Amino acid sequence: MNPLIAKSRPASSALALAKVSGNPSWLGLVGAAVCVIWLLVALFGPWLAPHPVGEVISDNIFEGFSLAHPFGTDYLGRDMLSRVLVGARFTVGLSLVAALLASFFGTGCALLSVVSPKWLDEIISRIMDAFISIPSKMLALIMVSAFGSSVTLLICTAVISYIPGSFRVARSMAVNIEALEYVQVARTRGEGKLYVACREILPNMLNPVLTDLGLRFGYIVLLLSGMSFLGLGVQPPDADLGSLVRENIGGLNQGAMAIIIPALAIGTLTIGVNLLIDYLSSRRGRRSGGH
Amino acid sequence: MNSHTLWLICRRLGAGVVTLLIVSMVVFAITAVLPGDAAQQSLGQFATPEQVAALRLKLGLDQPGVLRYLHWLMNLLTGDMGQSVSNAMPVGELMAGRVPNTLMLAGATALVSVPLALILGIGSAMGRGGRIDSCLSFITLAMVAVPEFLVATLAVLIFAVNLGWLSALSYATDITSPLQFLRTYALPVMTLCCVIVAQMARMTRAAVIDQLDSPYVEMARLKGVSPIRIVLRHALPNAIGPIANAIALSLSYLLGGVVIVETIFNYPGIASLMVDAVTNRDMALVQACTMLFCAAYLALVLLADLCAILSNPRLRNQ
Repeated sequence: MNPLIAKSRPASSALALAKVSGNPSWLGLVGAAVCVIWLLVALFGPWLAPHPVGEVISDNIFEGFSLAHPFGTDYLGRDMLSRVLVGARFTVGLSLVAALLASFFGTGCALLSVVSPKWLDEIISRIMDAFISIPSKMLALIMVSAFGSSVTLLICTAVISYIPGSFRVARSMAVNIEALEYVQVARTRGEGKLYVACREILPNMLNPVLTDLGLRFGYIVLLLSGMSFLGLGVQPPDADLGSLVRENIGGLNQGAMAIIIPALAIGTLTIGVNLLIDYLSSRRGRRSGGH
Repeated sequence: MNSHTLWLICRRLGAGVVTLLIVSMVVFAITAVLPGDAAQQSLGQFATPEQVAALRLKLGLDQPGVLRYLHWLMNLLTGDMGQSVSNAMPVGELMAGRVPNTLMLAGATALVSVPLALILGIGSAMGRGGRIDSCLSFITLAMVAVPEFLVATLAVLIFAVNLGWLSALSYATDITSPLQFLRTYALPVMTLCCVIVAQMARMTRAAVIDQLDSPYVEMARLKGVSPIRIVLRHALPNAIGPIANAIALSLSYLLGGVVIVETIFNYPGIASLMVDAVTNRDMALVQACTMLFCAAYLALVLLADLCAILSNPRLRNQ
């Protein structure tokens, strides 16, 4: 496969595109603030919830804003604020775990393929190419149809879907770094492959790898909440933000807050992450570009 | 076109076919190792072990996986996709009824989104760094990040519930007048467009800016050529390749979006058929739908690559 083709795949283009946008830097700070808030909600949400998550506390279903229930009530008359606070833990937690694992394995494979002989590099790259050609939603759908939906399966699916993208980004950087003089010097000095990969190459690509991790986190949030929205993700009685949208879809004709709030919650989370990444990568672009 | 380009294209086509084969292996491997096999599933819980064994023999489930895979692949290639358990109908027939609907939806989306994205992308590239550009930059970033069902629910709330212009979540089977067509397709197409236009406009902007930064455009500018003429006559012809590439890639995002949109609007397309099949664990149908979607995705990515190869003179004339 020639470099032109490799370059034109969607996984790598998204990251490249993030670098050319011209959003002002205060938007980056807004993004960072939103991310921190969601992380705090994921950590402490269940303790902040004013009502037990499954308890029916009101006779009125699809209630609007009120002092007692700031986000209204859902299709059974449960408190929406509590449900969003608890649901956020599923959405953020699952996606974060999956993104960390995908990035870890993707970067690991990339380092392995760069320091290992050519044939192994070729095999790993080919397998990754094949897996990148299955759209993540399709993979998730067949996995769920074969094994049934569970939290473990959702994490596994997301990890498998996003390893190839992370591998690609990491490998393209690692190949460049591997050709630099200090790596050659370390080789000549007689350092082992593990040392070269972990101490020479990895520290110098850590920033872009972390940016990529954030990008994958955003994708995984969208994937998992999409699956939950279809009823094939997190299963009742647990509910993530996507399931909250699904279970209240009956209130759409009445314009219920119970649908809008969780959908907006997912939107703010992913937009926040993207703004932060956009800011970080444009700042790095300026620094390395020199002008 | 010379022999080198032809060779590149053939190689790319070959790689596409090989990838599709690997994808089919992965799909079959995942769906064939399922716990509780098809025989047990179709006979129900109260079947005797003898009945299950007999059906297993009849379905060929006692054969090794490789043989079953080859058999399945041959059937797929000859158009025999098996029997849908939950609908008691041949899968091929079931899908043939749904594919035109999805193509209609995708076609309408492409028709709306491509011109819109080109105008937005080129416009923001021309006024780079200006207010319109940074505004577009933020909007596209937000649209890329937002889940389809947020766009869909907001659109339903605004246009169907508050304004009452369109009927929410309903599908008219007989479309006779243009107005009816508009009422049926407006919301799904709008939702799909939001995500795709953002993606496409971003990539178009990048492609045009790439050209605007090149020396020949600076030369034209120094000659005193007007900005519109620079873009339309000088930059755009050279950016056609990357833009076509961007369009094909963005359209491949349709495949993910259409799953959500067809479900939320009760649209009888191939994606909602697949979601139902997954819910009912109707494996033959899931396999066939997945292969169709993966093939469509690969075809679009392939198209994008071919555009890139054909439009790049350095690759063409080596």
